[in-house]
Amino acid sequence: MPVAELRGVTKRYGQVEALRGIDLSIEPGELVALLGPNGAGKTTAVRILLGLTPPTSGEATVFGHDPASHRAKLRRGALLQVAKVPETLTVREHIELFSSYYEKPLPIAFTIAAAGLEPIQNRLFGALSGGQRQRVLFALAICGNPDLLFLDEPTVGLDVESRRALWVRIREFVGRGGSVLLTTHYLEEADALAHRAAVIDRGRIAAEGTPAEIKARTRTSGLEDAFLAIMRENGNAPEEVLQ
Amino acid sequence: MSRVYWMESKMELRKMARLKQYSLSTVAFPLMFYIFFGLVMGSSSLGGVTISRYALATYGAFGVMGATLYAFGAGVAVERGLGWLEVKRASPMPPAAYFVAKGVVSLTFGALVVTLLFALGAIFGGVRMPAGQWLAMWGVLVAGAIPFGAIGLAIGSFAGPNSAANIVNMVYLPMGFLGGLWLPIDFLPKALQHFAVWLPSYHFGQIALAMLHAPVQGSVAGHVEALIGFGLVFAGVAWIGQSRDREKMYG
Repeated sequence: MPVAELRGVTKRYGQVEALRGIDLSIEPGELVALLGPNGAGKTTAVRILLGLTPPTSGEATVFGHDPASHRAKLRRGALLQVAKVPETLTVREHIELFSSYYEKPLPIAFTIAAAGLEPIQNRLFGALSGGQRQRVLFALAICGNPDLLFLDEPTVGLDVESRRALWVRIREFVGRGGSVLLTTHYLEEADALAHRAAVIDRGRIAAEGTPAEIKARTRTSGLEDAFLAIMRENGNAPEEVLQ
Repeated sequence: MSRVYWMESKMELRKMARLKQYSLSTVAFPLMFYIFFGLVMGSSSLGGVTISRYALATYGAFGVMGATLYAFGAGVAVERGLGWLEVKRASPMPPAAYFVAKGVVSLTFGALVVTLLFALGAIFGGVRMPAGQWLAMWGVLVAGAIPFGAIGLAIGSFAGPNSAANIVNMVYLPMGFLGGLWLPIDFLPKALQHFAVWLPSYHFGQIALAMLHAPVQGSVAGHVEALIGFGLVFAGVAWIGQSRDREKMYG
């Protein structure tokens, strides 16, 4: 049974159709990357699986439950794009608070170590660098010992070193048996981390498979070229694709 | 389950106490006003009550309003508008814990302001009252945070993250003045006095003054009913705002 599933999901915001019938599943232990240009519907798909907004039609489940249910929430964690995190709590305090939301959280010290935060655990969030801030958000996502992680553009705006450091943490989570849904703009990231990728364009899945399968299908050597080829097949103007 | 509420409230208190623009201004402004208007002119009297005594009720009400309106209004607007509330909503945190914690902060800072004002009044203003009356007034002032929490939450549920603090200022300061919390209501022009019945601050101030046996307009029961009414209306507005928020547009 998949850990998370979208079946024929559509989502309409007023006149705008953000999703036009999406099928997507994440199997246990699998890291699935959701790729697509801005406004393609990636974040909407994640918001539906997090129970933050209901689908207009179709069905979404997390561990067989309604994504908004408490039982679903207890078994998943999420790193979302957030413009401002409270700055006057320390790293450790943030983690202690989020850990208290879960029934069987990881030990605080384990979470701090798993996110590489030992040296800065007593610093106020406001005093951290961008890479350190993302690692704290990653810690908040894993502190409840979830079986499933949602990572919505986790490395956006990070330098190469911080990005690679977070990749290591994500791989360790998958190594412990966790499943991940990752959305990203960086195709290299999907290539490096994902077991399977789904390319979403204007609310529909345009291609799906392992990164190697997607590259083979479009006869390209890199996932980035494959992505561009898929976008062109779908009739996107190159300048739209590249923005 | 109760541990979550305890942790959420404890962390919210720490967070706000360290946020100087909240903790310092919430406490300092009412105390400063009380020193200027309550103590400097303290020996003159108003309807048989010294100003130092009268102003304890009105600046106490003013202080509690401020602690509550900023914690809910500005606090919720920023966390809602900049994505933090959504991170919490995606987690298993019981949604009520978030709002309970804001309430605990409002009550704690409200109680702190009122306690410090009472100390100033007793030590420097020569205010003397039976212990029961001090306690009753303290309780009334601190409990007054409840309807203003609803007003703050209504602001916080609609205001943008960058404008919320200004909107709270534009509500809080005129409401304090026009409700008779800066100057006694009888000093205001008649037209403004008639308008004051539409302000929750006026009703709050009148209840606090009644605890001092100062002359008040209308009945205490009437003022309590008015505050309950304001509280319910704004709680409804806040509920609409919170529900609308969940259907916000995202790409």
